[in-house]
Amino acid sequence: MSILVDNNTRLVVQGITGGEGTFHTKQMLEYGTNVVAGVTPGKGGTLYRGNEKDQFPRPVPVYNTVAEAVAKEQANVSVIFVPAAFAADAIMEAADAEVKLVVTITEGIPAADMVKVYEYLKVKNVRMIGPNCPGIITPGQAKVGIMPGFIHTPGRVGVISRSGTLTYEAVWQLTERGIGQSTCIGIGGDPVIGTRFIDAVKLFNEDPDTDAIMMIGEIGGTAEEEAAEYIKKHVKKPVVGFIAGQTAPPGRRMGHAGAIISGGKGTAAEKFAAMREAGIHVVESPALLGETMERVLKAQKRTSPLKKSKSAKRGGAKSVLQKAVAKKSSKKVTTRKRIGKKGKKR
Amino acid sequence: MKIHEYQGKEILKKFNVAVPVGKVAFSVDEAVCAAESIGGNVWVVKAQIHAGGRGKGGGVKLARSIDEVRDRASEILGIRLVTHQTGPEGRIVKRLLIEQGMNIARELYVGITLDRARSQNVVMVSTEGGVEIEKVAADTPEKILKEYVHPGVGLQQFQARKLCFGLGLTGDAFKNGVKFLTALYRAYEATDASLAEINPLVLTQDGEVIALDAKMNFDDNALYRHPDIVAMRDLDEEDPLEVEASQSNLNYIKLDGNVGCMVNGAGLAMATMDIIKLAGGMPANFLDVGGGASAETVEAGFRIILKDPHVKAVLINIFGGIVRCDRVANGVVQAARNVNINVPIVIRLAGTNADLAADILKNSGLSFLVAESLKDAAEKVTKAIAA
Repeated sequence: MSILVDNNTRLVVQGITGGEGTFHTKQMLEYGTNVVAGVTPGKGGTLYRGNEKDQFPRPVPVYNTVAEAVAKEQANVSVIFVPAAFAADAIMEAADAEVKLVVTITEGIPAADMVKVYEYLKVKNVRMIGPNCPGIITPGQAKVGIMPGFIHTPGRVGVISRSGTLTYEAVWQLTERGIGQSTCIGIGGDPVIGTRFIDAVKLFNEDPDTDAIMMIGEIGGTAEEEAAEYIKKHVKKPVVGFIAGQTAPPGRRMGHAGAIISGGKGTAAEKFAAMREAGIHVVESPALLGETMERVLKAQKRTSPLKKSKSAKRGGAKSVLQKAVAKKSSKKVTTRKRIGKKGKKR
Repeated sequence: MKIHEYQGKEILKKFNVAVPVGKVAFSVDEAVCAAESIGGNVWVVKAQIHAGGRGKGGGVKLARSIDEVRDRASEILGIRLVTHQTGPEGRIVKRLLIEQGMNIARELYVGITLDRARSQNVVMVSTEGGVEIEKVAADTPEKILKEYVHPGVGLQQFQARKLCFGLGLTGDAFKNGVKFLTALYRAYEATDASLAEINPLVLTQDGEVIALDAKMNFDDNALYRHPDIVAMRDLDEEDPLEVEASQSNLNYIKLDGNVGCMVNGAGLAMATMDIIKLAGGMPANFLDVGGGASAETVEAGFRIILKDPHVKAVLINIFGGIVRCDRVANGVVQAARNVNINVPIVIRLAGTNADLAADILKNSGLSFLVAESLKDAAEKVTKAIAA
């Protein structure tokens, strides 16, 4: 199954009529995400069908406020494509309207704005993913973000990452090996983010349909160490981990505002050490993410305490493949279901 | 974004943070003029570069007469100053700050920055000023006092008092200290700074609390609302290739390795640099061409990477998600025809239409080394630099 988003997600897109908002709403609709509304202040009361370049498979009602989208369409998750200068306001509007989850894709929001937003979300008790992130996807159910849908396949590995294309790389390595994902979260590359590694790890740990976790960190900050500490104490599921930026020089911002080694803190070496200490299966080369997860899953099957150890061994080795096949067929089922639902609405 | 010490002090002064009387000078004559207008009988001549450790490197000198100001200024201006933060190549000193001398009683430390673990700003003070604060933090963490700032209400007086009591300030010095911290925090917040560090913060023999040094960095994401700070950017302090890249909207950082790389996305770019190292090379740069990776950006990227004479091979790693690989491949071919390339190019394109892309590259008549996977790319890089 999944965490945070699934078939019950009713998505409102803030900034739906902008270029990015339009393009990605189309992609999300085509993936089968239940986009129930858009918000663009001043354009409320219209049905939006996309623009000339990107036409939607079905129209989406636009509202002036998130509160209206929640009241009229029961939106429960918001995704934000609003430009950086106005994004903080948009996030707080979503939180005030009491959606359960806000996914902020926008890149380049000032840290000072995010410090205030972070506090506001805490008081409102609303979870945010991002900002400056690819979003979250539960394969076959809901894609809330800008990741390419086709690289994912439903399954039982949870993926958490600070980056965009590196996450796609990791997911692709899994999918190519027939290893499906329960949910993939890009938590974002900024210094202040709503959901950290530790939060996502907790959710995956508690999700009965996630068997293993892949955690892809970056230099900068101490969030990976914090998560490693938690994993050491509480997580029995196997975790595969990688840190990007082993060759990054100190004091330079490596693209992401958060990816900077300052005052000798936040180096890849420190993070790798913390992860090893926590019993995480550390991968030093990003080329080996999928391979390592495959090996770990096989080993887990072998050692899992079943009654008949011999048959369990054999069955275990097979079951990864069997599962992959099973998942593939289940994907088809969900696709059919989706089409069915859409048909009803029309 | 970084600025010079004298610029930081100009900003602080606007927020009523106590700073020494001083003036910037671009020539020896200007330095003498500055000293004369400042008055007094002791001056400090300080090299202005974007790096710390200037004192140890010989970039900060005392002068006890106008003649000495002239001598010290001509000694420092134009030299290649090497500190632990500049790297071995150092920085040429093009600007000086001339300041009044101080009667220093104690050297303290104050720094304000964002604590990422808490998502709050933190004000840190220490009695151990004038030394590297990282060393204090590592050796004697109990000597650093911290107050976290609630984003709703800002730094409160009781917090400033707590910190000043902690510094052992009394009487007038205590009052001045509280005033100083309050004003410094206001300056930090109002300018969207990512760091405001005063090291040393000095207590004079008259009980004044003054910023003897000032280091201010700003949040790049917030620069759009501070044109006055953007105007302070000193391109002389930045790598010329990085400046050129930023004009093409490329996120490029020059490094000192032998394998150039071009990648879409910051995380994947860092991971690709790691791959290069594991393959036995060293990355010559960080370059994120952004999600799109159009022909224009790829061409601009090629030009910049190949200007670095140390580059022996280039690795292009694009994960085509929303952007199609065949498009990227066409861009790469077009760019490669426009740019004179004399090093092996390893290309790995994955994702949407990767097969089509591989065909385009192979049929281009150009000698690309097309890699199937990241692992394969690493092996091809190893071979390319060995040849």
